[in-house]
Amino acid sequence: MPYLGSEDVVKELKKALCNPHIQADRLRYRNVIQRVIRMSKLDQWGQAEVLNFLLRYQPRSEEELFDILNLLDSFLKSSSPGVVMGATKLFLILAKKFPHVQTDVLVRVKGPLLAACSSESRELCFAALCHVRQILHSLPGHFSSHYKKFFCSYSEPHYIKLQKVEVLCELVNDENVQQVLEELRGYCTDVSADFAQAAIFAIGGIARTYTDQCVQILTELLGLRQEHITTVVVQTFRDLVWLCPQCTEAVCQALPGCEENIQDSEGKQALIWLLGVHGERIPNAPYILEDFVENVKSETFPAVKMELLTALVRLFLSRPAECQDMLGRLLYYCIEEEKNMAVRDRGLFYYRLLLVGIDEVKRILCSPKSDPSLGLLEDQAERPVNSWASDFNTLVPVYGKARWATISKCVGAEHGGSERSHTASFAVSGHLISEENKGRVQEAPDSETLMLVPNCQLTAEYFEKTWLSLEVAHQQVLPWQGEVHPDTLQMALQVVNIQTIAMSRAGSQPWKAYLSAQDDTGCLFLTELLLESENSEMQISVKQSEARTETLNSFMSVLETVIGTIGDIKS
Amino acid sequence: MISQFFILSSKGDPLIYKDFRGDSGGRDVAELFYRKLTGLPGDESPVVMHHDDRHFIHIRHSSLYLVATTSENISPFSLLELLSRLATLLGDYCGSLSEGTISRNVALVYEILDEVLDYGYVQTTSTEMLRNFIQTEAVVSKPFSLFDLSSVGLFGAETQQSKVAPSSAASRPVLSSRSDQSQKNEVFLDVVERLSVLIASNGSLLKVDVQGEIRLKSFLPSGSEMRIGLTEEFCVGKSELRGYGPGIRVDEVSFHSSVNLDEFESHRILRLQPPQGELTVMRYQLSDDLPSPLPFRLFPSVQWDRGSGRLQVYLKLRCDLPPKSQALNVRLHLPLPRGVVSLSQELSSPEQKAELGEGALRWDLPRVQGGSQLSGLFQMDVPGLPGPPSHGPSTSAPPLGLGPASLSFELPRHTCSGLQVRFLRLSFRPCSNANPHKWVRHLSHSDAYVIRI
Repeated sequence: MPYLGSEDVVKELKKALCNPHIQADRLRYRNVIQRVIRMSKLDQWGQAEVLNFLLRYQPRSEEELFDILNLLDSFLKSSSPGVVMGATKLFLILAKKFPHVQTDVLVRVKGPLLAACSSESRELCFAALCHVRQILHSLPGHFSSHYKKFFCSYSEPHYIKLQKVEVLCELVNDENVQQVLEELRGYCTDVSADFAQAAIFAIGGIARTYTDQCVQILTELLGLRQEHITTVVVQTFRDLVWLCPQCTEAVCQALPGCEENIQDSEGKQALIWLLGVHGERIPNAPYILEDFVENVKSETFPAVKMELLTALVRLFLSRPAECQDMLGRLLYYCIEEEKNMAVRDRGLFYYRLLLVGIDEVKRILCSPKSDPSLGLLEDQAERPVNSWASDFNTLVPVYGKARWATISKCVGAEHGGSERSHTASFAVSGHLISEENKGRVQEAPDSETLMLVPNCQLTAEYFEKTWLSLEVAHQQVLPWQGEVHPDTLQMALQVVNIQTIAMSRAGSQPWKAYLSAQDDTGCLFLTELLLESENSEMQISVKQSEARTETLNSFMSVLETVIGTIGDIKS
Repeated sequence: MISQFFILSSKGDPLIYKDFRGDSGGRDVAELFYRKLTGLPGDESPVVMHHDDRHFIHIRHSSLYLVATTSENISPFSLLELLSRLATLLGDYCGSLSEGTISRNVALVYEILDEVLDYGYVQTTSTEMLRNFIQTEAVVSKPFSLFDLSSVGLFGAETQQSKVAPSSAASRPVLSSRSDQSQKNEVFLDVVERLSVLIASNGSLLKVDVQGEIRLKSFLPSGSEMRIGLTEEFCVGKSELRGYGPGIRVDEVSFHSSVNLDEFESHRILRLQPPQGELTVMRYQLSDDLPSPLPFRLFPSVQWDRGSGRLQVYLKLRCDLPPKSQALNVRLHLPLPRGVVSLSQELSSPEQKAELGEGALRWDLPRVQGGSQLSGLFQMDVPGLPGPPSHGPSTSAPPLGLGPASLSFELPRHTCSGLQVRFLRLSFRPCSNANPHKWVRHLSHSDAYVIRI
């Protein structure tokens, strides 16, 4: 027990914590708490402890809540950052039903946080920056007018500069976008290659909203012909073209010429992909790809070769005359001489596909060229404060959500938070995952009693028959907001081995879906999801072919996690 | 709270190790931490690291690592504050915080740790409470002598009697034992400002930021009451107006919790009863609106002949301080493009020095008088330098890698915000021996003064 500055306080706290009679009686408990709060002689450590302890207290009425907040108001102005942050967290958690109070508190804590961000102590600065990022998730405009404080200074350590660049990327708005972009552009030519690359990715992030200016800046950077810059710019272009198809024209004009400056695998893959998908707009696309084909024997990265195969087949569809010859040569090399089996398999696949006929090839390979709705998944704009309030002023923002999930998995603590970030991470593929979502790719969530078998597809008739013959084993209602994106949901369910038998189209009222899953003992779980026209709740009905409550509960928790995650991402 | 606490030297040798809870690992955790720290990939932050159930959180203070481990998810701000406070406390007791003083005072350090933390929980860090419990004496490296006039350190100053307090005053342990009354009673008050400036390549001012602190180091016995008077026209916030004229303005202030602010509103006087040791009385910030012009302006002109690889940089540095002031230890650091081969220089005055090192140019000017202009012409050969596409053989666009120039300097007796301490009075002295000495100093130094080329 910390000393807390005086014997009286310790006595009172002991009473509150240890005496079950007091805890049982709400009124006495409340009086003790009030006396603790009024203790004036606490030093900063005592105050921090008291604030931490009060997190557990639930005020019974609104009056009491505001009473407590008034008493604790002075802690927000303390000179000790630990006390200020502790008070902020307490306010955020106590006022969880009053978002305007939460916003008010966050406005008041802006000053101390900004002071901490410019503190002499590097470590304090870093912790404050992590919390600023946390706040920006919910209130993106909160620090927009103070963007100058987040400009990087030459002598700062690398990890602080990276955080500041991320913050700059997130607080961009119409008024400061010009200055922020100029500043970031200055960083792109920094001596340190890592930092320059981080700045370029940040410009890519801003480009989703302010496409034209950013594409212009990125095109200028290509003109510098620096290897580490060019490769990252091309990767950014590739991501951008997928999310913002309106900039494709500008990107295609900027591309010719940069193939001379790219040596690394990621950059080459990005360039080849762009040439394949948008090749008809780039005049000399076949000739650039021809260069790659000529040198395929000396190419060290198998990923590049695979990308080359796909891109060339795509380009062949739109410009057959120019590509036919080199496609033939490439396929010959991949099938006959290539030692990497993955590349060989892909070459063989394309060859057989081409033998089937050009229409088949077109059907399979002409995928959409962009998917702006993917931006929704990634954006995670405006999470409610309550989703991270309990993590404020702890080590979680300092590590970052993804690393924290890894750590807590190692430690063995399984709480909803870690599972959520895992399931969110593989709804998107490969290079389109933003930093936040790059958790570890994970198999189906571990649950001791339930192992869902993958790829057991039931026919529709079998499903209907079984559905009608069983009784409802469990019904539940989950909160839901807004529309459903069926594809996203389907993909997410697929990963945890729950198959979709049928799903209504997005926007239909009422929206329904039927799911099936089977565990390793052969027990079937049939589920119906129903979203009524008010769109505020999703009803889940589960039928089980064998009555087993344990496995049913495990199945429910898996289902809830997935649906909860999808709901969180969009709301 | 904390499971273990240890102090490592800059090379990773454990100097102090204390286990509070006995629930995780042994002494080898210190080595583990150092290995993890040095092996960390560049983009991960070393501030908080995780290994095997334990979180390591540390600060660097005068080249030592102070590390705490914990297995719970606690507030990083509280932990960092605790580590800083421990660093200050150890510095107060041992004189200064360095590898030498720690290794000489190991027993004292353990005693302090015992009193401050119990089973990993903070009991108290107040010097008042602690001095009742700490028995061990600090061991100093050499006896304090007033005639030791080495270079002016942080807690030395010039006063009206034009006596210079030696820098070793700062390294005298503050909280030595009771039989101490014969020692000189002194109090040092420093107004220290850090200036951060960012100037764009076209000369416009992008950002200016002043972070100021009023720091007090008191050797007086506690119980003395002290009054610090600041400039009367000093206003807080953008809308306040005092006195006539624009006055001196800061954006925000925050005070130490023990400062009495009764007379602050009316006369800008702070009252406090300082404990022995170091204390930050007041912190303030000011951005974007400095009353005085910036101390330095740089006018660079770059000529680069792509064909022959010859790069000529002419730097003109103008000091805009008032003529009576000067800047000390001015150093200009200019990163150069890769592959710079040779350097020839012409400097405008003999006491300057310029040299090439670690891919950058360092130009040292020990003393710059206010209002003066200094220039240096540097020519170097850079074969094969990439840069922005040129429209002719010689271009004035700077080549890639000619980085922003950063200046570091000290401005003694000058505060950028204009804030001054008018007086420092001691009203009540419990044991009245000789008049205590009061040293007040104003100092500004650069935090990050960057001028883009």
